[in-house]
Amino acid sequence: MLQDKDRIFTNLYGFESPLLDAAKARGDWDGTKDILAKGQDWIIDEAKKSELRGRGGAGFPAGLKWSFMPKQRPEGQPAFLVVNADESEPGTCKDREIMRHDPHKLVEGCLIVGFAMRATAAYIYIRGEFYAEAVALQRAIDEAYDAGLIGKNASGSGYDFDVYLHRGAGAYICGEETALLESLEGKKGQPRLKPPFPAMAGLYGCPTTVTNVETVAVSPTIMRRGGEWFASLGRPKNTGTKIFCISGHVNKPCNVEEEMGIPLKELIERHAGGVRGGWDNLLAVIPGGSSVPCIPKEICDDVLMDFDSLKEVKSGLGTAAVIVMDKSTDIVRAIWRLSKFYKHESCGQCTPCREGTGWMMRMMGRMIEGNATVEEIDMLLEVTTQVEGHTICALGDAAAWPIQGLIRHFRPEMERRIHAYRGSAAVAAE
Amino acid sequence: MSLARGRPSAPEHQPASFAFTEENLAEARATIAKYPAGRQQSAVMPLLYIVQRQMGWVPVAAMDVVADMLEMPRVGVYEVATFYTMYNLEPVGQYLIQVCTTTPCMLRDSDGIADACMNHLGIGWEETTADGKFTLKEVECLGACANAPMVQINDDFYEDLTPQTMVGLLEALARGEAVKPGPQNGRHSSEPEGGPTTLKGGA
Repeated sequence: MLQDKDRIFTNLYGFESPLLDAAKARGDWDGTKDILAKGQDWIIDEAKKSELRGRGGAGFPAGLKWSFMPKQRPEGQPAFLVVNADESEPGTCKDREIMRHDPHKLVEGCLIVGFAMRATAAYIYIRGEFYAEAVALQRAIDEAYDAGLIGKNASGSGYDFDVYLHRGAGAYICGEETALLESLEGKKGQPRLKPPFPAMAGLYGCPTTVTNVETVAVSPTIMRRGGEWFASLGRPKNTGTKIFCISGHVNKPCNVEEEMGIPLKELIERHAGGVRGGWDNLLAVIPGGSSVPCIPKEICDDVLMDFDSLKEVKSGLGTAAVIVMDKSTDIVRAIWRLSKFYKHESCGQCTPCREGTGWMMRMMGRMIEGNATVEEIDMLLEVTTQVEGHTICALGDAAAWPIQGLIRHFRPEMERRIHAYRGSAAVAAE
Repeated sequence: MSLARGRPSAPEHQPASFAFTEENLAEARATIAKYPAGRQQSAVMPLLYIVQRQMGWVPVAAMDVVADMLEMPRVGVYEVATFYTMYNLEPVGQYLIQVCTTTPCMLRDSDGIADACMNHLGIGWEETTADGKFTLKEVECLGACANAPMVQINDDFYEDLTPQTMVGLLEALARGEAVKPGPQNGRHSSEPEGGPTTLKGGA
C-alpha cells in the first residue's frame, strides 16, 4: 500500500485550505525557479524517466508527448499548453478534487510543463458545470499572478508565462482534444481530422499540446523528487501514483490516491469499505470510466489496476474510474444507460456514430426486457464493430466498447432474457 | 449536460432587444482581452454566460449583440448557443434542478431522486412549476460520481442524496432558506464515509 509520504495530493479531500500559503506549506512552488533553470530538456528527460503516462484515459507517455512540440518557431508565433479539465467521463471525479482542493499543483504544473514544451501560455478548459471548481482555480491563478509566480518573469525565471481559465458549457465531446480546441476557438465542439496533429497546428493554428489535469498536476512533484522516485512506484511502464474514483455498489464510495498496479480487490476493500454485501456479491466492475468494457467478478478477483494489466483482460485503465456493480444490478440496463449517454453526446459529425449510437441505444433498450432474438445479439455486436474505428474521434469506439464487454461476459444473461420474454409471449398467445 | 438539445424559444417570447449592463459590458471586454488579438471569437462562450447571468436565459437578441461585439457571423453564435447544453434558450425557474441519472448515479438510486423531485414538485422533465420557482431537468454525468446520487441546483452541487434529503432541500428552497451545497450526509467531500483511510496524520 502506498504510504502517505509518497502521496502527491496531500489535500485531496480539502481538509486543509487550498490557498497559496497552505499550498506552499504542503510543498508547492518550492524551488520552481531552480527547476526551470535546469532547462527544457532536463524536465522532459525527467518526465521520460518517471515513465508517467497521460492520466486522461489514453495513457500515452507524457514526456514523449511534450517532446513533440517544435523547439524553434517563426518569430512571434505563440505556442500553447491546453489543459483538459473537461472531466466528463461517467465515473470520473478526480480532476475536480485537484482543482478545488489542490489547485496550486495544477497552476505550478502549467508553468513547468508549459515551459518544458516552450509554450507561451496555458489555457485550462474546465467543464462548465464545475462552477465552484472554476472559482477555486481562478482564485489560485490570481494568487499566483499576485505573487509573481506566473506572468512576466514567472517565479523569477526570466520566462514569461500566462495561465487562463476557460469554461465549457456542457458537451462531453469537448474532452476530445481537437473538439476542445474548436470549442476554445469559439465554435461548436466537433473534432478535427488528424493530421495535422495539435503539436504542429493546434489552437489558432499554433503548436499546441492538450493534456489532462492530473498529468500536469503531478509533474512539479516528479521534478522535485525525481523521475526515479515516481518510477519506483507501481510496475514498469505503469508507474507512479494514481487517483482512483470508486463509485457504485460499494459501502464507502470515495476518491483515493494509490499506487499504480494495486489489486482491484484490495483497492475496493481497503478504501471503499468493500462491495455492498461482501466480495462474493460482486457482479462486475467497469474499471476505467464508462468507455471501457466491464469485467466480471472472476477477473476482478485478481486483476491489477494499471494500463497493461487491464488491457490484457480486454478492458482498460482509462481514467481509473471504478464503477462497481453488485448482484442486484440490472447489468443490461446499466450498459443501456451508457448507450443513452453516448447517443446524447455524439456531436453528429460522422454518420457511423450519429446514427449508430441511436441504433445501439434502441437495440440495447429492447435487450433490457429481452424483446429481441438471439440473432440480434450477433447483429448488435456486428454493428458495434461497424461504428468502432470508423469515425474521426474515439467517441464511436467508446460507445461500442461497453456493449462489446457486455456481450463478451454476459451473453448468457441476455439470452436468458430473450428466452424468458419469448416464453411469456408464447404463453400469452395461447 | 441536459438531455434535451435546445432550440430557441418561440418568437413571441423573444425580447426585441438586449443590452449588457454597464458592469457586465466591462466584464465582457475584460474577457475578450484574455484571448490573442484577432481571436476574439474565443470569447463567445464566456459572453453567453454573462448574458445568461444577466437574463437568466439567452434570448436571440442577445446572441446578435454578442455576434456584433465579436465581429462574427450571427449564425456562428446560434450554433454555439444551441450546441452546448448549459445555455438556457428559454426562461427557467428561480431554481434549476438538474438531476444526474447516468450509470454511476443510477446505481445509487438516482431513479429515487428523480421520482422524489417529480412527486414533490408535481412536474416532469423540462417543466417549470406554476409559481416559477423550480425547473426540473435530467442531465448526463456531472462528475461527482463518488458522491452519487447528486443534483446540481443553479451553480452548486448537492451530493450523497436520499429521496428524503432531496425533498428536504426543495422544501427549504421553497421557504427561501439558504441550503448548504456539498454532501448531505455529513461527509466532508469525497473521502470514504466515516473518515479517510489515507492522509490521517495530516499532510
